[in-house]
Amino acid sequence: MKRRRILAAATALVAASGLVACSSDGDGGGTDASNCTNKITKTDLPVVTMWAWYPNMQLVVDNFNKQNTEVQVCWTNVGQGGDEYDKFQTAISAGTGAPDVIMIEMDRIPNFQIQNAIVDIKKYGFDAVKANYSEGSWKDVSVGDAVYGVPVDGGPMGMIYRKDIFDKYGITPPKTWPEYEQAAQKVKDAGGPQFGDLGANVPAVMMALQIQKGASPFAYDPAQPKSIGVKMNDQGSKDVLDYWGGLAKKGLVGTQDQFTPEYISGVINGKYATYISAAWAPGYLTGAGVGQGQDTGKFAVAPLPQWDTANPVQVNWGGSSFAVTKQAKKPELAAKAAYGLYADKESLTDGWTNQVIFPLNLTALNSPEFVDLKVKFFGGQQANKEVYVPASNAYKGMTYSPFGQYYFDAMTKQISEVIKGSVTGSQAADRLQEDVAKYAKEQGFTVQ
Amino acid sequence: MTLLTSKRAPRAQAKTHKIRGKVHLREHLMGWLFVGPFGIVFLAFLIAPLAYALYLSLFKKQLIGGTSFVFLDNYTKAFTDPSFLSGAWFVLRFSLVAIPLQIVIALAMALILDAVTSLFARFSRLMIFLPYAIPTVIGAVMWGFLYSRSFGPLSDVFGLFGAEAPDFLSSNLIFYGLLNITTWQWAGYYMIILYAALQGIEPTLYEAARMDGAGKWQIAVRIKIPLIAPALILILVFSLIGTLQFFNEPQILRYLAAGTIGTDFTPNMYAYQQAFALANFNYGSAISFALGGVVFICVYAFLFITRKRRSFL
Repeated sequence: MKRRRILAAATALVAASGLVACSSDGDGGGTDASNCTNKITKTDLPVVTMWAWYPNMQLVVDNFNKQNTEVQVCWTNVGQGGDEYDKFQTAISAGTGAPDVIMIEMDRIPNFQIQNAIVDIKKYGFDAVKANYSEGSWKDVSVGDAVYGVPVDGGPMGMIYRKDIFDKYGITPPKTWPEYEQAAQKVKDAGGPQFGDLGANVPAVMMALQIQKGASPFAYDPAQPKSIGVKMNDQGSKDVLDYWGGLAKKGLVGTQDQFTPEYISGVINGKYATYISAAWAPGYLTGAGVGQGQDTGKFAVAPLPQWDTANPVQVNWGGSSFAVTKQAKKPELAAKAAYGLYADKESLTDGWTNQVIFPLNLTALNSPEFVDLKVKFFGGQQANKEVYVPASNAYKGMTYSPFGQYYFDAMTKQISEVIKGSVTGSQAADRLQEDVAKYAKEQGFTVQ
Repeated sequence: MTLLTSKRAPRAQAKTHKIRGKVHLREHLMGWLFVGPFGIVFLAFLIAPLAYALYLSLFKKQLIGGTSFVFLDNYTKAFTDPSFLSGAWFVLRFSLVAIPLQIVIALAMALILDAVTSLFARFSRLMIFLPYAIPTVIGAVMWGFLYSRSFGPLSDVFGLFGAEAPDFLSSNLIFYGLLNITTWQWAGYYMIILYAALQGIEPTLYEAARMDGAGKWQIAVRIKIPLIAPALILILVFSLIGTLQFFNEPQILRYLAAGTIGTDFTPNMYAYQQAFALANFNYGSAISFALGGVVFICVYAFLFITRKRRSFL
């Protein structure tokens, strides 16, 4: 009887550990060239596989394949952002299953570079395309002198707002963050909607806003890969977390997770007067059904509010690149695809006219059609000329960390605590510092 | 055959012994052949991955410094890791509330459906069971929408009374939001198990009870419930294991409320995060085994407490 009991309990143990069984089956997918989403017509050419999630990727790949006579791209969309990274991460651990070319947000490049999962593409034709992108763009895809990605789109930030709400409450776009709060208070006192939103699930925004006030969360020099600087509780970081925590506490901004149906329906119903976001947001919002029907042209955009108008700082949210993976059998062919994709005029024009991307390719970024574009989502406002292009030009690039995923998860946790009211913004910054520094040490870094 | 051999002469006995040995061997082989297919699958898909995960959990992988053997360090770390401990504490608390609730509801419904035999009862049985037939992922997505304050029915219902709808995805109420989803999903399934057990009771017992003057209530409490105790314990063990391994529902709702449901919300989610997002398969495996240990202890303790009533294990 006793043995049976142990056996039964052992069965329970086995059942409980069922999850670990999953960890050994590598989630491949996407590397099989017969599995493309696009159709390859030039079947005699070598094929490179690719993962990417741009909404117009089908067109981009078709354009590339049509124009290229050396290599064809087999593309699949395995998910956006984190979903794709999880799959890539699994493929890296398994040593097989990764595509040849992969779309990676620029802030994740060091993350994969340190694992030796992506390759330096400088020797595969960098000089030919160097002049097509700005220095700042190249900095964001480089670790030290090595280049790990081809910049495609950026995310210069601005303040999207609803003209109808601003008009109704007699507000002009705030130029500084204190003005932003005053305007929020004014709208609230008049019984208006919330002025913005503090979403716990968009830590990248908080990071950008902290950088705007002088924060520099990471210092990393690939020449000394074992040491990393972690600084998340400097005065600037604390001030920004306190500022947003204060807005949330006073009920001036919402605390809804963004990119959720709940948030989008709030945006459509005019629940938020502003949306602090990046240049790709209009495309995303349009796709989600915002600004259509009777709401057409109700949105406008203004430059991001500043802390110090004498020394404005422009920041960035998102932006992606194409990288070549270590698992690519023919890296030079893969690099050809990485350099060539989304670099032709047709694809770029489709990208920016539909506001799917804010192009970093200078042939598009500097073209008059792009700069002078009257953006339909903003009711004909020349948003690129007025806001996004100057913001992009003033953006200086930044240092990302090799454990961006952990940092963002930890940041989400702290923002959530601030929203709950269990800690102040300053305390959250201290906790974040402690948490991330501990993780860095666990990972074998010397933390400075 | 044994009778025959025992009466034979010693020499012949030795001979039959040989034959018996051969027969034995053949029987052995046949037995192994029958067990073989199961054995291979069992070893390849259960024991081997488990052994591999156990092996992985004894190592440590760092971004700087690579992989090194650390023996049980990962387990020491897990049981001092606030993320793991808070997750384990959450699922334990959740089990203590969710399991009794689900079982009481399932038992009440099973007793009612057993006592009433109308067309409506049969229809209700199907309807109560239905949520179990809906995949957990879809169930979680569906509830995620129902909980929405801008387009879910909650705001309408509360609006009738001029109140503001509660946000079941906020950190204060997520416990109840999840409690509702799991109860909705599982109570019907447990009800079917209990109902089947009730159907297996000899009806003459009820007759005898009635002869002795027992009412409906007494029959239910004194006869039906004690007789289905083994089934009750079975579903208790099922639900205990299932709840401690909580994963699907919170993982899905994370897409709607990442701030409320952190990556370390439950131990299983934490293991998933470590393994698949942070590429730390070693620590992820250790967390899984540590959780397995917690489940083992809980189930063992439960079985020990209820040892007199069991008949199925």
